[in-house]
Amino acid sequence: MKVTLRVWRQTGPTAKGRLVPYEVPDATPDMSFLELLDLVNERLIVAGAEPIAFDHDCREGICGACSLVIDGVAHGQAGATACQLYLRDFADGATITVEPWRARAFPIVKDLVVDRGALDRIIQAGGFISAPTGSAPDAHALPVPKPDADAAFEAAACIGCGACVAACPNGSAMLFTAAKVAHLGRLPQGQPERATRVLSMLAAQDAAGFGGCTNMGECTAVCPKGIPLTTISRLNRDYLHAAVATRASK
Amino acid sequence: MLDAKIPDGPLEQRWDRRRFDARLVNPANRRKLTVIVVGTGLAGSSAAATLGELGYRVKAYCFQDTPRRAHSIAAQGGINAAKDYRNDGDSVYRLFYDTIKGGDFRSRESNVYRLAQLSVNIIDQCVAQGVPFAREYGGLLDTRSFGGAQVSRTFYARGQTGQQLLLGAYQALQRQIAAGTVEMHSRHDMLDLVVADGRARGIVVRDLVTGELSTVIGDAVVLATGGYSNVFYLSTNAKGGNATATWRAHRRGALFANPCFTQIHPTCIPVSGPHQSKLTLMSESLRNDGRVWVPVRAGDSRAPSQIPAAERDYFLERLYPSFGNLVPRDIASRVAKRICDSSFGVGPGGQGVYLDFADVLDRLGRRSVEERYGNLFQMYERITGEDPYQEPMRIFPAPHYTMGGLWVDYDLQSTIPGLFVIGEANFSDQGANRLGASALMQCLSDGYFVLPATIASYLADGPFSAVAGDFESTVVDQLQALLAIDGDRTVDSFHRELGELMWEYCGMERTATGLQKALDRIPALREEYWQRVKVPGSAATLNQSLEKAGRVADFLELAELMCRDALHRTESCGGHFRAESQTSDGEALRDDAQFSYVAAWDANGGLHREPLIFDTVHPTQRSYK
Repeated sequence: MKVTLRVWRQTGPTAKGRLVPYEVPDATPDMSFLELLDLVNERLIVAGAEPIAFDHDCREGICGACSLVIDGVAHGQAGATACQLYLRDFADGATITVEPWRARAFPIVKDLVVDRGALDRIIQAGGFISAPTGSAPDAHALPVPKPDADAAFEAAACIGCGACVAACPNGSAMLFTAAKVAHLGRLPQGQPERATRVLSMLAAQDAAGFGGCTNMGECTAVCPKGIPLTTISRLNRDYLHAAVATRASK
Repeated sequence: MLDAKIPDGPLEQRWDRRRFDARLVNPANRRKLTVIVVGTGLAGSSAAATLGELGYRVKAYCFQDTPRRAHSIAAQGGINAAKDYRNDGDSVYRLFYDTIKGGDFRSRESNVYRLAQLSVNIIDQCVAQGVPFAREYGGLLDTRSFGGAQVSRTFYARGQTGQQLLLGAYQALQRQIAAGTVEMHSRHDMLDLVVADGRARGIVVRDLVTGELSTVIGDAVVLATGGYSNVFYLSTNAKGGNATATWRAHRRGALFANPCFTQIHPTCIPVSGPHQSKLTLMSESLRNDGRVWVPVRAGDSRAPSQIPAAERDYFLERLYPSFGNLVPRDIASRVAKRICDSSFGVGPGGQGVYLDFADVLDRLGRRSVEERYGNLFQMYERITGEDPYQEPMRIFPAPHYTMGGLWVDYDLQSTIPGLFVIGEANFSDQGANRLGASALMQCLSDGYFVLPATIASYLADGPFSAVAGDFESTVVDQLQALLAIDGDRTVDSFHRELGELMWEYCGMERTATGLQKALDRIPALREEYWQRVKVPGSAATLNQSLEKAGRVADFLELAELMCRDALHRTESCGGHFRAESQTSDGEALRDDAQFSYVAAWDANGGLHREPLIFDTVHPTQRSYK
């Protein structure tokens, strides 16, 4: 099959970028989208040009490295990460536009590569349970009701790709933050730090340059792990409780 | 002869004894000691976080944009622990025994026993961190069975156990970064090891964004940089996985042990075409409920659903009635290959066997199956376009894990003082074949518990004196040389060619003739690489071709050592199957009289042996029948 790619090329963080077309006359439907980029790159290299820089690693939808906006949609249309997109999902003769994540908190490094370090800074602010190595009681000392464990798992499935941020008109990381707040807040082990966690993670999110959440829901539409919008409602509830409790104790 | 410095005394007391004999560093002095940790997957993150908690100054490096992306994240099935919550006869001793036997008696008893002991603490630690393991309705932890075991001791978080364990370690690491004990440098590649006055004192790193090189000096260096399955080009490893850190440490004097011990995983999605960039694993846990079969008649082209039960060969159940579909990986892979080689394979090119879930779907219903394997089924459908709820999966073996790695003693210290190696990067605990759900266990045992105890004993002599000199010139020269060749072939084209060579001659089945062929061709390929490779761009910016070029240059050297090691070990054991050494029914035939040792190679090609001494178990011909 034949496809035409229009790929965002930008030599560095401050350089001006533009969309550059690349024609691939001999793609095959069982090729993954990243393998199509590989093919374009192989040809660029042999021709003496610089290949397209893009982040990728596991290529099985779990590491969260890939970060492509394909035809205007973060990760494309498949409801999975871009690495799980196959050319059989596209029509023969298609023109496909590929851009990087665009958000104030994710500066462009080169071409399709962005810096997502801001997400780590949100976790640093409180996305953990303080359990130093060696301090743990027996794992069965604290049974966790299955529904809570399952709900915690659903939220913990977040892969930190940042598609939610790229899709959000406000460039907010609320779904990412809420997923971690929900994961840890659902578990009994996470209760002691529950209030401080939500307050400091939200403060870190604001400080990192992410926008505010206005419940648009674009984030959940592109989340490859299907993390639902109710996760954010849960964060809002936790936030309210924490904020009131903090004020009351002052 | 290599001395692993194994403590004396009864097996079950050795770790306690070592911990008591190890010197301690008082908290005030820990602040004056810098530990460099390279690689922040399961082993590296857990080690860096724990060392930070203890009060050392830690500098951690990874090539990914954040530690959460390390390839540990992709481990699916689970983590073993001798908790015996099932009351099904498990014990520390049984986990130890299963692991030693699974490794085909080519690992160290003392290390494996310690691993089994610590497995229990790992689960406790992870639960305390909030790792959402699967639970039963009563709120207690669920377990499942894995290959090579007849008890149910594998803890899991759906098909994403590695992800959840890594996030636990990652979060512990982030907590230490916030506390200021760990300095994290992501998007950095370690390109050389600094050895001064006989000690490992630092690393040379390249900032992958700016291209800037720097020398980082500390009191000890920990490598947690994973395995080298990507030498095969097509493997289940992440694309970035590489052997550069371990290989360059090897060139600086660290011995490389058992390089030919590689694991080919039986359940991967078959190759679909020449563009294929990597292979995807389908967790071994699927063999709990999936049944492996091929048509009885070779070349039977009917759809699987059209083939009646009587015309199917459930070959693992037939050949190994007591373990059935749950035989260890090396056996399952080899039998599948043999079946396909004799034209019974299914799918395009006959390179596949069926993994069928029809029985379990009938027995438990779709919802239960979804609960157990939902994400795996989804992944399979995305990749192949076929629905495994409707028709069986097609699977084929693929390179997955490397048991070989830098040689380490009982303290996990390499032959260079001050250089510690943990996780898949070392050679130690898995012998000639790793059992499923043992990699996560080893990474966390090394990172949370073993290394933090043993490294203290080394650091008690520190802080070490200042180091001066130019350590970067070798790296600068290599980067410039790669850019200057300006040939006509891409790095990937060489990597692919090397991979095909290794798969053919140093893959699932090895022969003296084949290995000799590989040993003739690899040096020629390497020479061609240094004349014809084309690396565009410069070293002063993000340059993914240049990153790959250095890694493939190292694979081209490592591949040769793998073949030499495979050629010298004329016995078969575990994943290393020499066609010349098999039993009458085609099982791996060990030669304990000659080869009961760890083969550790120096950079000049010299072989150093560490004899394996079995005080407790008696090496036998493995039988899973």
